[in-house]
This record gives sequence, structure tokens and C-alpha cells, in this order.
Amino acid sequence: MAGIAGYGVYVPIYRIKVEEIAKVWNEDADSIKNSLNIKEKSVPDKDEDTATIAVEAARRAVRHAGIDAHEIGAVYVGSESHPYAVKPTATIVKEALCTGTRVMAADLEFACKAGTAGMQMVMGLVDSGMIKYGMTIGSDTAQGRPGDALEYTASAGGAAFLLGKDKKDNIAEILKTVSFTSDTPDFWRKEGVSFPSHGGRFTGEPGYFNHTISATKLLLEETGMKPADFDYAVFHQPNGRFPMTAAKQLGFAEEQIKNGLITPLIGNTYSGASLIGLAATLDVAKPGQKILVTSFGSGAGSDSFAMEVSEGIEAKRKNIVPVMDVISKNKRYIDYSIYLKHKRFIKKE
Amino acid sequence: MRDVAIIGAGLTKFGERWNKGMRDLMEEAGLAALEDANISSRDVEMLFGGTMAPGSFNEQEHTAPMIADQLGFHNIPAVRIENACASGGSALRQGYITVASGIHDIVVVGGVEKMTDITSSEATTALGGAGDQEWELAQGITFPGLYALMARRHMYEYGTTEEQLASVAVKNHENASKNEFAQFKNRITIEDVMRSKRIADPIKLLDCSPISDGAAVIVLAPLEKARKYNDAPIKIVASAQASDTLRLADREKVTELKATQLAAQNAYRQAKVSASDIDILEVHDCFTIAEVLAMEDLGFYQKGKAAKAIADGETALNGKVSVNTSGGLKGCGHPVGATGVKQAVEITWQLRGDAKTRQVDGAEIGMTHNVGGSGATAVVHIFERGD
Amino acid sequence: MDVAPASLWRKINARYNLVGNVCENCNTGYFPPRVVCKNCGRKSKLVEKKFCGNGEIFSFTKITAPPEAFKDDAPYMIGLIKLDEGPMVEGHIIDNGTEVKIGGRVKLAFRRMQTEAREDLIHYQYKFEPV
Repeated sequence: MAGIAGYGVYVPIYRIKVEEIAKVWNEDADSIKNSLNIKEKSVPDKDEDTATIAVEAARRAVRHAGIDAHEIGAVYVGSESHPYAVKPTATIVKEALCTGTRVMAADLEFACKAGTAGMQMVMGLVDSGMIKYGMTIGSDTAQGRPGDALEYTASAGGAAFLLGKDKKDNIAEILKTVSFTSDTPDFWRKEGVSFPSHGGRFTGEPGYFNHTISATKLLLEETGMKPADFDYAVFHQPNGRFPMTAAKQLGFAEEQIKNGLITPLIGNTYSGASLIGLAATLDVAKPGQKILVTSFGSGAGSDSFAMEVSEGIEAKRKNIVPVMDVISKNKRYIDYSIYLKHKRFIKKE
Repeated sequence: MRDVAIIGAGLTKFGERWNKGMRDLMEEAGLAALEDANISSRDVEMLFGGTMAPGSFNEQEHTAPMIADQLGFHNIPAVRIENACASGGSALRQGYITVASGIHDIVVVGGVEKMTDITSSEATTALGGAGDQEWELAQGITFPGLYALMARRHMYEYGTTEEQLASVAVKNHENASKNEFAQFKNRITIEDVMRSKRIADPIKLLDCSPISDGAAVIVLAPLEKARKYNDAPIKIVASAQASDTLRLADREKVTELKATQLAAQNAYRQAKVSASDIDILEVHDCFTIAEVLAMEDLGFYQKGKAAKAIADGETALNGKVSVNTSGGLKGCGHPVGATGVKQAVEITWQLRGDAKTRQVDGAEIGMTHNVGGSGATAVVHIFERGD
Repeated sequence: MDVAPASLWRKINARYNLVGNVCENCNTGYFPPRVVCKNCGRKSKLVEKKFCGNGEIFSFTKITAPPEAFKDDAPYMIGLIKLDEGPMVEGHIIDNGTEVKIGGRVKLAFRRMQTEAREDLIHYQYKFEPV
């Protein structure tokens, strides 16, 4: 099976606190912070978007992996906020990496799991020997509808993972992946419409929980592994509560998920979320430790992975920009009016 | 090679000339110059027209035959000369070369710009074309932005202050208040400049020359025939020009204009004079920092010393050297293509003794300095009385 | 149309990746790439070079009166950056809370150049981030 050769994460420096948003809509900040388990969310700068975030994350991944970008045979970018509806983000990223022209590329959309869907695609290409290295990126500048519950969590950020087959060089091996998919319309956005719509509480049981739990159970069944066999578990994290609930239902302890739970600090980076959680986990994981990752994308589906950290992780650790550094360095708080300007909701006419 | 003289000069009032278009401005200055030279349109053999961006400002290219036709110069060779803000000075040099070479006798050099028919942010874009479009304007680096980068570095290396820079604007407004053709008649203070709106830090609104409409015309003739037309011909004793990199980042030094230095050195050699011989000087103060750089690059002050000297009043009217008695670009206005020619008009009037309340006493040798963009072109001329 | 596709596309390598060139003879680096070496002229060859973008702030200015295409983006900070590898480059300096001053260190970043009209192409380019 293919493994992870390197990864990189990028999150914009701006933050808006739950209190700031709650103030505008006359809502109770404390109860929101508590029910969602979130403090603040990241906001892109005016000149940032899914592509710029993807490029920064991808450049960090290449530096971590220590490879020549010309060896990358495929680049896939998963997002629900691609800058263009037609003209792929993937070509912008590959150009900014200097991969050369002999590369397979496409953009993906599967709500928050587009990045892990890309991981499965790249696994196939690498494992079959069709390419030497492949990159999957999950990146988003999510559209939070003003006044909607999701406004508190829809944030911006991205992670890039470079996969390869060199077991000595890889930092982790992917032991198995399996997906659980169904046509479940919990959350959607049509072409040309600015903000997604969602089914409210319908997004919970029939959406997130059904797929996350089912996919994870499938993985455990097919690998013959138990929750206790894993040192870490990373679940998709649309807020800071759902993953804790899913973990409990599946039999994972809070201890196992805490390193990969980043949403409380930066909000839900959508396609970036599970991958950023995985990166934060790898930042601290040691050789031999096992990691479970289950993403979730509305519409709906979950991709579940079982991974084992390799010896090779230590040699390259000095090349990473740790997730905790990424999200705390130069952090800058803004108020709601500046938030509107950054998101381009208001501009000079 | 023959000696060349100025036998006629004409100018329009500079400013926001709402009821005059490009043709009208040229007519105003052109007729005044022809009158001053005592010639008829039929005597003119060639026209050089300096205009920077009529395409951007007025959607009009091909301005030379337009001007020739307007002024009644039928069927003569007419050429538009463009070197951004040095279009006027460059046109003057081409006119000079044409007469000096003997190819033509009576040559008219006109400069005009009609800038107020578009919005000021559109004008900012048009003026940005004086720099490098691909790597400066395309990144939103405006023309004031380029000079601001120079100013900040000059302040860092030599301790030049914003107040010293402001004194350039104060002096030039003082001079302009005595010039009936100037755009601004109001005197300003250092306070006024310091409090004016920031454009590209440290450059503020009152550090910048304005957007203006205007035209200036010079009539050239060989000196040997000049007296036939005008009994106070002004001899052009030096005409020099140099270029440098278009992009500011490519310059050897960002705190000086090599093009100015080279053109000036060449001009002094031609005229067999040095900076200390110059009585009166029109320099290119598109921004206050530009005048400071000019005074250093033209050899009047050592590097880093000009700002203080200007602030101390050394270059005021009838000071050690009178600089920008017309009001400069800041006080008189800066219709881009017209400026280089206007500078020659001002020197002409000064050397003739016709400058009224802004007359420099005993002015005998005058110099003009016209720059394009952030220093990619510099044109220097030196003038003396021709009698 | 504010931004024509071809003129942006031609310079992608330079705009995204700070790819300039260097003279094989005198080793002078150039960004953007030049046609002939300033010192050696046509006697020498220029070869492609990717500059890493680390450098020092040589001068800077904050632009508050932008041209038309940048009216939604002002104010923004422009820097004259002296790259460690030699060339002097003009570019935006990102505001990340670090005080911008002459001598400050910067590294390479990838951003949108300006807010464009709805149907226009997006202009991506290098910018510099203070470290």
C-alpha cells in the first residue's frame, strides 16, 4: 500500500471569536461556545482563497517530504470553495510547485471529504506503480451564511499530503482504506448560489453520524482491529462536539482524539478539517503507533483509513511546520465588520 | 552643426481647464508663441509634439498632425515624441537637433496634456504607464509609490526629513503665487503639507504635483537667422539626454537618478559651464523628493545635503540658485507632455528679463531638467542670452 | 476585461515561482528574467534560476491612493526587496502584524494580486511575508 511521504498545513492568521459573531445576532455566546465546543474560527485575508491556501500547504508538504517536485505524478485538490467553477485549482497549485507538465490533475468536490477522496485516488495511482508520488489537498474558504448556525464554524484552511511507495522514506504507511457512501442530502449548494443550505438537525444522525460510524465500523471489521488497537483517532470535526460523540459511540477514548481535534481553535476548515487533524496527530505520533482517520462529507460519505507511523518520521520531523505553530503564530483578531470586508461581502462600489 | 535659438515662446494657464480640450490648449499656446516669434504659420517647417498619454486621457493618438493642422502648419512633417513626463523635454531636444543639423530652419516644439477628462483613479492608472506596467503597475505600484520608495530610502540613508521635503512644496507655491500661468496661487506652509492626505507613505497629497491641463510652445530657429524674428533670442548652449532602467528595482542606486547625472555631465561639457555658473534652474519636481534628488544629481549639492539646503532657503527666488521660479511642477502644475517645454518657456522669459515679480536678478545662464517615469529618461538643457 | 489571459499566462513561472535567470559568465542574478546580461551582453548566456524569495526590506511604502484596478485593495504595502540571492524585486508586503522596516526579513508567499471584477481571471502572484 502507499504511504505518506510528507504533509503541510496552512491556516490564515485572522481569527474571529464566537463572541463577535454572537454580538451581531444577539445570541448567547457562552451557550454556543459550549454546545459547539469552539472558541474562534479562522478568516482568510482579502487576498487569500482556496488556491493560495492550497499552494502554501502543498509547498510545505514538498519541503517536508524532501523530494523534487518533478517526481509528483498527480495533484488533486478537494474543496467546496474552488475559486473557479470551471478552471481547476489543481493546475494553479501544480504550477506553483514547479512539477513540470507531465502530471495528472483534477479538482474534487465532496463537501468536507474531498481531500480524503483525493487521498484514496492517489493511493491507487501510487500503489499500482503508475506514479511515484501523488499529492492530495483539502482546502477551503468556507461560505458561512450570515445569521446561520454554521457561521460560527465555517472557516478557512488547508492541508496537503504527499503519498509515495518508498517504505524507508515514508513517515507513515496506510494499511487500509474503505468508504461508506449514500445519497443523503444533508447539506448542499447549487451552482451560482452563494451560501449552502442544510437540513438542520438532519445533518446529524442521518448525515455525519451514520456515515462516520458506519465507515469506521467497516474498517474495523475488514482489518480485524479494535478501537483500543489505535493510539490516535481523527474524525471529521464540523464542530468540537460531533467527533467526541462519534468517538464515544464507537468506543474510542477522548485521550485518543484530543491531538487531532483542531476545530475548537480554528473552526471547521471543511475539506481541510480531517487532514489538518491527521497532520496535527502526525506532528506528535511516534514510530509504530497506529492512527485511525474517518472523514465525512455531506451528500454523503465517509472515508476511513488505518495508518501506522513509520521509523522514517523522525528523520524528517525537522522539516515540518507543526500545526500548533501554524495556528498560533501571528494570530490576529478581527471584528465582524473587518470579517465582512475580508470575505468580500462588502466592498467599495 | 549650427547654433540654435529660441525665437518665440507661448504658454496657456495650467490647471483644470474644463472648457478647453487638447486642440484648444494647443491653439492658445501656439498662437501666443507664433506671435512672440513674429512668424506666420507658413514659416514653420517641422513640428515636434510632446504628449505622454493622449490615448489614455483622451482616446486620441496621432496628435502631431492634429496640432500641425490646428495651427495652420499645412503638410509639414509632424512627429509626436513620447517619453512619459519627459515628453516635452525630449521633443525640445529633437527640435534642437533638427535645427542644429541644418535640415530645417524654423521648427516648432509643442507640449500638451489634457488630463481632466477622466477620473483621478483612471489618471493614476494612465500615469502608472510611465513605470513598468508588467512588474510595477500590474502590482498596483503607482507612480507616487515609486517615488515614495526612493524617498523612504533617501530618508534612511541621509536623514532627510518629511519637513525638509515639504519645504520644496512651500517654496514652489511661493514662486507660483507670482506666476499668472500657474495652477496654484495659494501659499502653503510646512504644516499644510504635513497634514495633507497620505498618498504613498511618506508622500502626501501636497508633496505631489497635481493633475493639470495645459500646453506650452517654443519656436526654434538657427541663431544666425534669429535676429530677423526676435531681438532677444535665447541660445540653447547644451542639449543632453540619457536613459536608465525602466523598473526602479533595476537601478544601481535607488536614491539617485543616473540618467540625470549623465545628462547633466554631458550638458555641462557642451556648454562649458558647471553647476556654480547656473543662475536659474527649472527642475522636475513631480514629487518633492524629486527636486531634492535633482539638486544632488545635477551637481548643485553633495549626496544627502540638498534637502537641508532647500529647507534653509538656498534655492528660493534670488537665493544661491533660483530653482523652479515658475512654481515647478508642484506650483505651476504638471500637464505631463507640456512640462518640459514650459520649463524652456520660463527660462526664456527669465533670460529676457520678462519674468515680472518673479524675475531672477541678473539671470544669464539657465538650465532645465525634465524626467520621465521614475528616472528612465532625463533631459537637460542649458540656455544663455543669444546676443 | 481587466486582465487579459495571455499577458498573465506568459509570466506565470516568474509570477508564481520567482523564476528569473542568472548569467553563466558573471553570475549576476536577474528577476524578472532579462534578455541579455547587463555586464556581459550577448557574449554570455542567461540560464533559468528559481529564487527562493528570502530577502531583506530595502525600502517600503503604504499606498493609500490606488489605481482603478486596485481600488478595493487599498491600503497595501509595497516593498523593494533585496533577495539574498542578489536581485532587487518590487512586491507586496503582507500585513501579518510584524512592523515593516528597512532591514526587516521576508519570505515568499503566494496570494491573489487584487480583487478583480466578477467575470475576470484571477491574478495570482508572489508576495512577501515578514518573518
